[in-house]
Amino acid sequence: MAKKVLMKGNEAIAEAAIASGCLHFFGYPITPQTEISEYMAKRMPKVGGLCLQAESEVAAINMLMGAVSTGARAMTSSSSPGIALKSEGISYIAGCDLPCLIVNVQRGGPGLGGIQPSQSDYYQATRGVGHGDLRLIVVAPSSVQEMASLTAEAFDLADQYRMPAMLLADGALGQMMEPVDFSAFEKRDLPEKTWVTNGTKNHGGKKNIVNSLYIDPNVLENSVRERYERYALLEENEVKYEEFMTEDADIVIVAYGITARIAKSAITELRKNGIKAGLLRPITLWPFPKKVLGELADKTKAFVSVEMSMGQMVDDVRLAVNGKKPVYFYGRTGGIIPSVEEVAAEIKKISETL
Amino acid sequence: MKLFDIKNLSIVCGHYGSGKTNFAVNLALHSKEQFPDRAVRIADLDIVNPYFRTADDKDLLERRGVFVSVPEYANSNVDIPALPPMLIHMFSSKDDISIIDVGGDDGAVALGMYRSNIEAARYDMYYVINMYRPLTDTPESVYQCMLEIEALSGLRCTKIINNSSLGAETTAEDIIDSVDYARACEKVCGIPLVAHTYCPGYAPDLREKICGTKYEAEPFFEISDVTKKLF
Repeated sequence: MAKKVLMKGNEAIAEAAIASGCLHFFGYPITPQTEISEYMAKRMPKVGGLCLQAESEVAAINMLMGAVSTGARAMTSSSSPGIALKSEGISYIAGCDLPCLIVNVQRGGPGLGGIQPSQSDYYQATRGVGHGDLRLIVVAPSSVQEMASLTAEAFDLADQYRMPAMLLADGALGQMMEPVDFSAFEKRDLPEKTWVTNGTKNHGGKKNIVNSLYIDPNVLENSVRERYERYALLEENEVKYEEFMTEDADIVIVAYGITARIAKSAITELRKNGIKAGLLRPITLWPFPKKVLGELADKTKAFVSVEMSMGQMVDDVRLAVNGKKPVYFYGRTGGIIPSVEEVAAEIKKISETL
Repeated sequence: MKLFDIKNLSIVCGHYGSGKTNFAVNLALHSKEQFPDRAVRIADLDIVNPYFRTADDKDLLERRGVFVSVPEYANSNVDIPALPPMLIHMFSSKDDISIIDVGGDDGAVALGMYRSNIEAARYDMYYVINMYRPLTDTPESVYQCMLEIEALSGLRCTKIINNSSLGAETTAEDIIDSVDYARACEKVCGIPLVAHTYCPGYAPDLREKICGTKYEAEPFFEISDVTKKLF
């Protein structure tokens, strides 16, 4: 493969997964992410891996759970309504402390919604992806390069903290084409998987059990508490974000994914007209970059959360800013991608009130 | 600039993501410039993928006098996989210039339905290749992909277009680097390479860079990037 290649976001996810040692993929087609399955179907047989089209999303997530129980790197992918179907399995995976990658290339909702891009699964990804006390690592790429690099990173984070990770993209990122360089991935030193169920002879006769059922509430509480200690470590060590022109910004846009790319172009336009706007782009949606937002609240005059939803991440921005400065919202939904011009116009309008 | 003969019917095919739609739209605009008195039509057979297709460039094409025929309900609530009725006319017209954007493997299957009409027309089937696409980065994989398209459509590719590009980040060097690959593909596929495309907007120094080199006489064809811009 040439050093840089031109890829669709969906293909970049698939290739990066294989490059990261994921040799098991369980999928079920749904627009706008089906290219992940198609690419896996073509590539997996060539690298000795498995691409399996399950009979449903529910089947795919449970196959994934089985595969990762044995210590294999594995993933599944879907789009919004398909992720809803997988949610029971995701909760079981979290309850069993199993590392894996779940990709959501979001489309408009609720219900069948539409097939154009959306960011309206923010709540689902960061709050309600399954029942019980649980968190997912949620990473949000905003370029095809990041579709690849964050796929690799999400696998490593999942292994290090022994929990499921989600890559939250959208249809625009999945379908658009940009150059990708696969040589630039960082690698982590990962703990040995001593917990896997791959036969007792592999761990000195010791019996490993992968399970999420604890009848005794004291035992269950302890297991949840232990898990939350790992979540706390993640919050402390793994928050990722990008700042763009925030240094002297009067107004800070908070946007992730494709919306952050639009916001950047809008900021460049606004700066030409003397409006000092900047961008804080969360790369991890959970853990959310609360601390840096709190610090920015001491320097800037206002925040605007720009999303392709009716306003979901804005709740986290408000919690982080904690009333220090006003937090506004601008969004489009249903599959509409806001234009650079409309975002710039909205920021200009808000800046005039400051 | 006239680089290659444009026949009554041009079919544009290629591997998924090779830049077929971008080339087809440019070919339509170029044909209209070359033959302002003839009707130029473009049809999109992409009946599967709802993102980034000819329907996105409908306004631009119509402004420049090109008739656009996209699946009737493309990008609407009833986006059904039905082909445009204009196709039959496009295959039989002796006066018009028609360009068909095949749009992926599924488009090639749909094309097969019209095989007898196409074979009766004076046509070229352009095979668009891109060295920077990972599944068609070698002459062997390019040949394999051509065989697959030919098997699906029942038609033979007749000319190669080297559309090697890294999108907006393409440099003159990236394009020059692809020339030898394209020539090797020509040998393996056994059909003539007629053009290397380039966007002057991304590689303004291409002509300067090839001046005095062995690439000077290569047929570079100027196109513009008509892909929908989101940001």
